[in-house]
Order: sequence, then structure tokens, then C-alpha cells
Amino acid sequence: MSSNAITIPGVQINEKPWVDTLHEWVTTVDHKRLGVLYILYALLFLVIAGVEALIIRIQLMFPHNHFVSPQVFNRLFTMHGTTMVFFMGMPILFGFANYLVPLMIGARDMAFPRLNAFSFWLSALGGFLLYFSLVGANGLYGAGNAPDVGWWAYAPLTARAFSPGHSTDYWTLALLVSGFGSIGTAINIIATILCMRCPGMKLSRMPLLAWLNLVMAGMVLIAVSPLTAAQAMLLIDRYLGGHFFDTQAGGSAVLWMHFFWIFGHPEVYVLIIPCFAFMSEIIPVFSRKPIFGYPVMVAATVCIGFVSMSVWAHHMFTVGMNSYANSFFAITTMAVGVPTGIKIFNWLGTMWGGRIQFKVPMLFSIAFLFQFLIAGLTGIMLGSAAFASQLSLSYFVVAHFHYTLVGGVVFAVFAAIYYWYPKITGRMLNETLGKMHFWLFLIGFHLTFDLMHFPGLLGMPRRIYTYEPGRGWNTLNLLVSIGAFIQAIAILLFVANLIISYFKGAKAGNDPWDAWTLEWSISSPPPAYNFASIPVVASRRPLWDLKHPEDPDSRYE
Amino acid sequence: MRRMRFSELRSLWQGIVLAFLSSAAFAASEPANGTNIFAPASTPAKLVALLSGFVLAITGIIFGVVFTLLAYSVIKFRERAGDAGREPPQVYGSTQIELAWTITPILIVVVLFLATARVIHAVQDAPQPPGAIAVTAIGHQYWWEFRYPKLGVVTANELHIPVSDPANPTPTFLTLLSADTDHSFWIPELAGKTDLIPNHPNRMWMDPQRTGIFLGQCAQYCGVQHAKMLLRVSVDSPEDFATWVRGQQQPVVRDARVAAGRRVFESNACMNCHAVGATPANGRFGPDLTHLMSRVTIASGAARNTPENLRLWIQNPNAIKPGSLMPAMQLNDADLDAVVSYMETLR
Repeated sequence: MSSNAITIPGVQINEKPWVDTLHEWVTTVDHKRLGVLYILYALLFLVIAGVEALIIRIQLMFPHNHFVSPQVFNRLFTMHGTTMVFFMGMPILFGFANYLVPLMIGARDMAFPRLNAFSFWLSALGGFLLYFSLVGANGLYGAGNAPDVGWWAYAPLTARAFSPGHSTDYWTLALLVSGFGSIGTAINIIATILCMRCPGMKLSRMPLLAWLNLVMAGMVLIAVSPLTAAQAMLLIDRYLGGHFFDTQAGGSAVLWMHFFWIFGHPEVYVLIIPCFAFMSEIIPVFSRKPIFGYPVMVAATVCIGFVSMSVWAHHMFTVGMNSYANSFFAITTMAVGVPTGIKIFNWLGTMWGGRIQFKVPMLFSIAFLFQFLIAGLTGIMLGSAAFASQLSLSYFVVAHFHYTLVGGVVFAVFAAIYYWYPKITGRMLNETLGKMHFWLFLIGFHLTFDLMHFPGLLGMPRRIYTYEPGRGWNTLNLLVSIGAFIQAIAILLFVANLIISYFKGAKAGNDPWDAWTLEWSISSPPPAYNFASIPVVASRRPLWDLKHPEDPDSRYE
Repeated sequence: MRRMRFSELRSLWQGIVLAFLSSAAFAASEPANGTNIFAPASTPAKLVALLSGFVLAITGIIFGVVFTLLAYSVIKFRERAGDAGREPPQVYGSTQIELAWTITPILIVVVLFLATARVIHAVQDAPQPPGAIAVTAIGHQYWWEFRYPKLGVVTANELHIPVSDPANPTPTFLTLLSADTDHSFWIPELAGKTDLIPNHPNRMWMDPQRTGIFLGQCAQYCGVQHAKMLLRVSVDSPEDFATWVRGQQQPVVRDARVAAGRRVFESNACMNCHAVGATPANGRFGPDLTHLMSRVTIASGAARNTPENLRLWIQNPNAIKPGSLMPAMQLNDADLDAVVSYMETLR
């Protein structure tokens, strides 16, 4: 264990020209810098896709509204979904994995630093390609146009008969390219965790964050590959006369659905498991207790990893599978609730009997628990295949998955940013602005997504650019839209906090939260080499052992 | 040139306002049936509503218990003034507690699954009784085609089916096909939704137990105008249904007074996409117009079937339904009036 930095004699630190700084960032293979790049890139796309969501909500404020045309609306929800999943959700979580995993397992970098940089720039190229369609794709009207086939891009809408021009090609290529990037990062995370742990860090002593990212990376390898294959098949259909999904030539629309969802459902666990990882680090620290039931948490995660591979067709309860298939996917879907429930119980067990400190990361974590509980329960409703025949494809589903992806992923990511920002920048985020951000975002979130369930129950389908008055949807939609703007204001506060605190925030010091994992043993921000000498650990909480030599964890493990 | 542009724009705007007002008025005069999944009027929807009540009750109890635990621990175990610097007892876990909160959820899942499987079987595997009405529903971008093969009836967008007496059921069994992209048939108060997928025929059924108009719409994104692919099901008394079928089986009305309109219809592209009874017009791309005036709406429910709306629809479909596949016909006023008059005779 070392908290000392190496001083290199004879090196003078001068103010560098900005071009040099830029060059360093572009050519970097340092896992921390790449992590920060991933996170900034994702935050940029969070804002872009957030603005798209706001335009969608303005259009849906009133029935028969004419704020945007149906064509523009369809492009907006396609871009919003694709961007949020592939260019916001995955990159920001990969960014944290990149930044934190080596620090937490006592390594100096990822296993393959160059692959790491390659993967990041591939993902970045994917996002660029997607938005380049706005100028590059001569779509239906001869000009550049964003894709409008939905982020799920069901066949045969993607066939050339229904999607002339190149906007769908840009969508396909963006996913294909970023898919390669994701696979590269997944390989890197797995290799790093399996091969680069510091002496004494057995798998059973690894921080849960590393364990959960290991499971996530494994799932990426299995789940992203079929998506990438499907994109290749779609390109073959569109340009080489293939008929995989071309229904007019006898292809199968249902085949695409299987390919897409065998990626798509594990994907939501790829997004949520790293968030479980944040919770498993943050909740113990602010409850001042070790995680409750560490081995069970690991087992539950691995179990989620396996079971979630066999639930994909619950997205297809309405496509006319036979009753046995529907029953099978109903029970696997409900079964995945068991290990997920165990995780929630273990976090509660961690808080039970602790001394809970309501710092901003913990506030976001408590809100996460509450919202993920509800999201899980609406997930059980959607898993009940017969009930889902009414709920699926309606606004109830939109509310459900935004509950998991905003109420779950985004809240967890905010918790993580407030928790690790001091480590990354060396400065604390402003607590007052942070609390304002939290409460405003919480109110906006619940106004939007609590109410969004009800139009679904009243028969409002999703993906419609406008709706009929007189069906009880009007007031609900107006309130949902108002909530979206409250969330947007909260995000502005957050961005302001990020910028202001970077220059003016209080100095963080090595260990502002009195935490227990290795990243807090070194300076903030960490030096390029991370650890001056490779640490040796004897328990799951090496810094606890250091701070409490009279009662170390290593005595009990 | 500029002036013409402007007037075109203005007529488009007027059209939009008109469409807005007419559909608002139209919606206000809708009958009581809504699109609420908890107000079922047919066996499949009733079974689902019953199941959903059960699932909601169980998930509600789980929510109550877990939320109470969360709120309790947040309040009870918050850091207090005197705690500073002291760490709470370090507890690492408990096998008994883990076992308890593993086994209980498993039991709950088994119960929920059995309840679900029963309803799946009852809805999906119901045999088709001999007296059932058979309808083939074909999804098109962005309208519905309904064919009654046993009755020789073809219509669009407004499905008529008989009410089903539980003692002597006359359910309707739908075969679901698609002519182009994926669609989904959803009348929330009559049944859960089932998709219409090309090359993948599906089946669904309903046995509505009260008469009236039931509303719904396409639930699977199918292209630009997915939103205005609306659906009306008229559940008729057996007598009304028989009358309606007889009306639809009548040959096309031939009225010499609208020969000019018919000529316009058959000498323009209209007839390439639309069929009108035993005339040369036999297109299948758009709705069959043989008994157009028997329908309450046009443009798949986007507008009420009035002469003004028909005229607007033929002149500029985008005013009612932007992105619809019906082209603007560019007719002069005289031809337009003639065609509308012809349409009005198609009873």
C-alpha cells in the first residue's frame, strides 16, 4: 500500500500550450484519461438526446399538436433511443469501469491500453456516424435525414422498399462500429480483472464494483455479438440482395426481433449491473458498514447474468408465439426478479443498523433503491405475458423502462459522479447545488414517469406523434411534459456544478468520504502510474484495515 | 408564383384547422366506451383484467413491505449529532436472512407464474367454435382492411362484429396478416394486442358482451403515420349486424347523375389503388370504396366522413394525415366536386 507519489527529480512542470494538451488527450492510452473521455462524450450525448426528448414532450403536450411533423417526430424518438442506449448509457458506464477498475484492484492500467484507446475511438466514431446522417444521408426527401426506423429498427421497415436513402445505413453502421468498440472494452475489462489484481486480492476479496463489471463485460461479449451479426445481415439485405429480413422476398421479420432482443434484453442488464456496482460501493460507505452478504451479492449478480440471457422474447409477447413459448419467457422473466430482489434486500441489510450520512451520492442511491423497486415490480407485471398483451407497446412500457433507465441508471450515474468526482478532479462538487439538483430532478422524474404509466393503462400506444382528444390522455401528457422540463432545469444545475466546482470546488484530498477501497489511498487526481508501489491487500476493505488496525476485516474473512 | 405558394399554404393551414376542429368535435361526440384496459367487455380482456388485479395486489404488497423497510431504515439509522467519529457495529451478513429473502420471492414467482400460465392458455388456446365469425384483418401503411370470407364482405378501418351472448357465444376470430410492415391490432376493452406481421399469420379472438363503438389503434410502429392508424370496432346486436352484412353484400349503386365523377375516378390514378364493386376500379393498395358512405370515418379514423372532409382528403391528404400514402390528386374544382359526388353515392 502506498499513499506517496513518486517525485521525478529534474523535471520542471511548465505551462503547456493547449495543442500539446489536446494531443496528449487524443493519443492517450491511460485508462483514467480514456475513462474521463468516455464520461464527457456520454454527457455530451446525454444533453443532445435530452433535448430530443424535450422536443418529443413539447409535441405530446396537447392532442393534435403541430410542433413537429410526424416525420421529424419519428426521427426524434429513433435518435433519442439509439443515442441514450448506445452513446450515453454504455459509454458512461464503460468510462467508470475504465477509470475505477484498475484503481480498485491495485493495477497501473488496463490489460490492453492500446485496445482501450482503439475501443473508445471506435465508439466515438459510431456516435459521429449516427449524427452525420443529418447531413450525409440522402434520405427520403433527397437531403440529409436522421434514421426514422426506431431504435429497435424492426424489419421490414428497414428494408430498402420502406427505408430508401441512407439514413438507415448510418444507423446500422453506427451500431456496427460502436459494437466492435464495446466488444473490445469488454475483453479488456475481463482480462484486467482476471489478470491484473494486486497481490492478496483474491476474487473473493475483490470490490463488488469489479465483480459486477466482470459480469457486465461477459454479458457484453455474449449479447453485443448477435446485434453486430444482425447489422451485417441487414447490410447484406440492403446492398447484396440478401433476404434475411426482407419479407417481400420471403424473409422473416420475426428473425430480426429475436436477433435484436437477444441483444436488447441482456443490454438492459449491461446498463443496470454497473449501476448495481455503484450502489454496492456507495451505500456501504455512507451507511458506515460493509456490504451485507458479499458472497450472496456476487452469486445474485452471476445468476442475473445467466438468467437474463433467457428472457429476451418477453419483448415479443404480442408477436404470436405459441402459449408454451409465452409461458417459458414469462417464468424466466419473473425468475430474474428473484436475484434482483436479493440485491435490493442486501442493500437494505447494509443500511440496517448503520449510521446513514445523507451526502448527495447517498441521496441519489436511496432514490435509486426506491425507484428500482417500482421498476422491478412493473417489470413483473410486464413479465406476466397475458397482462403484457395489454401493457406492451403502450406508454406503460415507456414509463417502466424509463423508470429503470432514468430512475435506475441515471440516478446511479449521478450518485457515482458525485462520489468519484473528487477522485477524478481533486475537487468536491458543491453540496448545496448538488442537493438542489437532486430534489429538482427527483420531483421532475416522478412527475414525468409516475404519471406516464397511466396513459398506457388507458390505451395510449407508444411511438405516436400525436393522439386523439377525449380518451383521458390530455392532462396526463401535459403534466408529463412539465416534469420533463423540471428535469432539464435540474440537469442544467448539474452541468453548472460540474464546471464551477472544477475551478472553485473545495480541495478533496485523498479520501474525502472516509472510504475503504484502494482508489482512496492515492492522491486526487491519481498520478499517471496510479500506485507508486503495488499495494498488497488482506481483506475486502484494505483501507478499513489500515484505519482500524485493532479490528481489521482480515480477521473475519 | 409567390402568391400561389402563399394561397396553397393558407389552404393547407385551413385544412389543418378544419381537421383539428372536426376531429375534436368528433371525439366529443364519441360514445361512452373508452380505451381503458380495466373496463373489459370481452372474455380475453376480462381474463387479463382479472389477472392484472391479482398481479397488482401481489406487487402492491411487496412494494408496501419493501418501502416500509426502506423508509424505516432511512429514518431509524440516520446519522445523529452524537455519532460523529463512531462507527456502527460491522455486520457482514447472515445466512438465515439470505435464505429467507431468497425462498420467499421464489414462492411468489411460482404463484404468479401459475396464474399467468392459466390465462395464457385460456386466451391463446381457445378453440374456434363452429358458429364463430371469421374475419381476416390485413394491416396496411396506415389503414386496416377487413375481409369476411364466409360472408363475401370487404371493408376498411371500421370492423363490425356481433355482440356475443355468453349463453350462446358468437365470438369473432381474426386472422391477422400484413401487406407491408409490422402493425398491431389493439382494442383495449376487447382483447390484448396481437401483431400483424408479414409472412407470419396470427390469430386472435374476442366475444364482446355489450354493444357499442370500441376504439383502439395500431400499436406497433409501422411508419410515418403510425399515430393516425386508428381503429373502430362496432359491436352490433345480431339484427343490426345482419342488416349491416346485407348492406355490404349489395352490389354497387349505379347512379347516372354522377357519371362524370365516375369517369374522373376511372380515368385518374384513383382506380389503381381503390376498388369499387363491379366496375373497372379494382385496386387493392387502398381501401375498398364500394360502400364508402356506410363508414363513419375516412383516412383510418383521422377524419369524419363528411363531404367537406372527403373533398379535402382527395385534394390534399397531407392536410388531414401528413405522410399518408394517398397522393394529392391535383384535380380541378369541377372534377373534385364530381368525384366527391360520386363517392357520396357509394352507399
